[in-house]
Amino acid sequence: MTTFIFILKKEFRQIFRDPAILRLIFIMPMLQLIVLPFAADYEIKNIKIGIIDHDHSDYSRTLVSKIENSAYFRLTGYTHTFKEGLQWIEDEKADLVIEIPHRFEATLIRESKADVLLAINAVNGTKGNLGAAYTLGIIQQFNQNIRVEWFQMPEFNPEPMIDVTYTSLYNPHRNYQLFMVPGILAVLLTMVGGFLSALNIVKEKEIGTIEQLNVSPIKKYQFIMGKIVPFWLLGFVILTVGLVISFIVHGIVPGSNIYVLYVFSALYLFAILGFGLLLSNFTNTQQQAMMVAFFFMLIFILLSGLYTPIESMPPWAQVVAAFNPVSYMVEVMRMVLLKGATIKDIWPHIRIIFVFGVVLNFFAIYSYNKTN
Amino acid sequence: MSSNYSIVANQLTKIFGEFKAVDEISFHVEKGEIFGFLGANGAGKTTAMRMLTGLIKPTSGKATVAGFDIFTESEQIKRNIGYMSQKFSLYQDLKVWENIEFYGGLYGMNKKEINKATAELLEKLELTKEINVLVGDLPLGWKQKLAFSISIIHKPKIVFLDEPTGGVDPVTRRQFWNLIYEAAERGITIFVTTHYMDEAEYCQRVAIMVDGKIEAMDEPARLKRDFKTNSMDDVFYRLARQAKRSDP
Repeated sequence: MTTFIFILKKEFRQIFRDPAILRLIFIMPMLQLIVLPFAADYEIKNIKIGIIDHDHSDYSRTLVSKIENSAYFRLTGYTHTFKEGLQWIEDEKADLVIEIPHRFEATLIRESKADVLLAINAVNGTKGNLGAAYTLGIIQQFNQNIRVEWFQMPEFNPEPMIDVTYTSLYNPHRNYQLFMVPGILAVLLTMVGGFLSALNIVKEKEIGTIEQLNVSPIKKYQFIMGKIVPFWLLGFVILTVGLVISFIVHGIVPGSNIYVLYVFSALYLFAILGFGLLLSNFTNTQQQAMMVAFFFMLIFILLSGLYTPIESMPPWAQVVAAFNPVSYMVEVMRMVLLKGATIKDIWPHIRIIFVFGVVLNFFAIYSYNKTN
Repeated sequence: MSSNYSIVANQLTKIFGEFKAVDEISFHVEKGEIFGFLGANGAGKTTAMRMLTGLIKPTSGKATVAGFDIFTESEQIKRNIGYMSQKFSLYQDLKVWENIEFYGGLYGMNKKEINKATAELLEKLELTKEINVLVGDLPLGWKQKLAFSISIIHKPKIVFLDEPTGGVDPVTRRQFWNLIYEAAERGITIFVTTHYMDEAEYCQRVAIMVDGKIEAMDEPARLKRDFKTNSMDDVFYRLARQAKRSDP
């Protein structure tokens, strides 16, 4: 036990003497939590739209002004030819071109229906899709308004209308920050747990001190625990710093169930530290470790449900996500911070992440060899 | 196996794939002896030492270190040996006393023992004033002397030194060897690899390795007599010239 205390002392001294680690621990969470949630959300704004209005009627002008006044669009300009509109898309001046045909108003009044052409630049798929969806929304509303204008009496209504109203539970304003912040917090914990611990061990390999440890009577578990415990504690520091920032900047109040988050994070950090250790056993230089860690982080983050819901991924990706510890952390963070989940609510997650922890750490200790 | 020997190796072999790094070497080292292991780069010195310290498993052969079998009792061996590797093994981002404390602690010394040993060690190295200096800020020669002193802080029976004086100036090398002599006088067996022939002269006995085999093993004076020359350089050169492999 005394040996272990000396090992811990040494690890903490090295961590607190390294300015890079300290910066990573305090500045990274601040920057990520303050800047990212405002920038990286799903709302697409500033969609550039070009308008071709051949009709110049009351109705067409109403439609155009509705689009112009929407917060999502920025007008590229008006033109008279579809060709020029396409050229705008080609030159990336416009993401979307809407063409209102000749006699739009007249056709609409005579035949009760009219066509509008929408050309979308789908190179950026998300932007294109959302742009189209927004435009359709506006056109639909426009439609409805016309209907209301024309058929005041319900019996003249040619189609039954279903008006859907909805309530957003847990995040009433459907605020993306509220949704993103817990996710980013989860990713931060992963970076600290997985990256720093792996780099730390590989550094000992690189400078050769690990050899000195391997000829000493130090036990495998002492060495590994000596690496796990400091980063495990650091993880809690980051979590706390992160929660404070979330509260100050985004007004996220964790509520009385905050201990649930700490209980789960304790297990999660254990699992992800095991992953870091495993990684360090199979790499010899810090560059290698960084590259491999980066590879896994990319997959972990993209398949974590942070940006895209796991339920809408193809089945094979859902299987991969099931083996992705980060997805459980992201989910639990959101459950606790937005819904106030209890231990009972996250019990399945706890069980899974516990198994992750045991398996990863077992292989980490198993694959760490003092001799080769 | 006589208890007068602190290291006994019998046909010790290490093969990496097709490559026989160490080829059936047999030798023994007496207690308190300064035993030099000479050879060109790639001759197999370091591999041999790494087998004896338990860092790698031999392919075949037998050996005991401090009376313990290197195959089955490597943990006991680790308690009884010190080791200083080619790579500098102290933590540059820890202070002098912090390094001493850590390595002392690894060998189960308590705080009191460590403090006492630290004071003695620093006094001997005339580093008392530098106790709070980061090891990375010390000149190389001081670092090497400190590393050696720390490698024997737990009073091991044997200390293995792998090219300990690489890159160090002649004056510091001399001081370094004085430390080695002092340790030997206290009964610590010294097993040292080197390719400096002047250092070979400091050893009581040397073994010269060529291509993974021990080609000659004796006291430096006798080797010189057998090869009818008056310098170890000459002995080494004649043996090493036969080598088929150079740097791996």
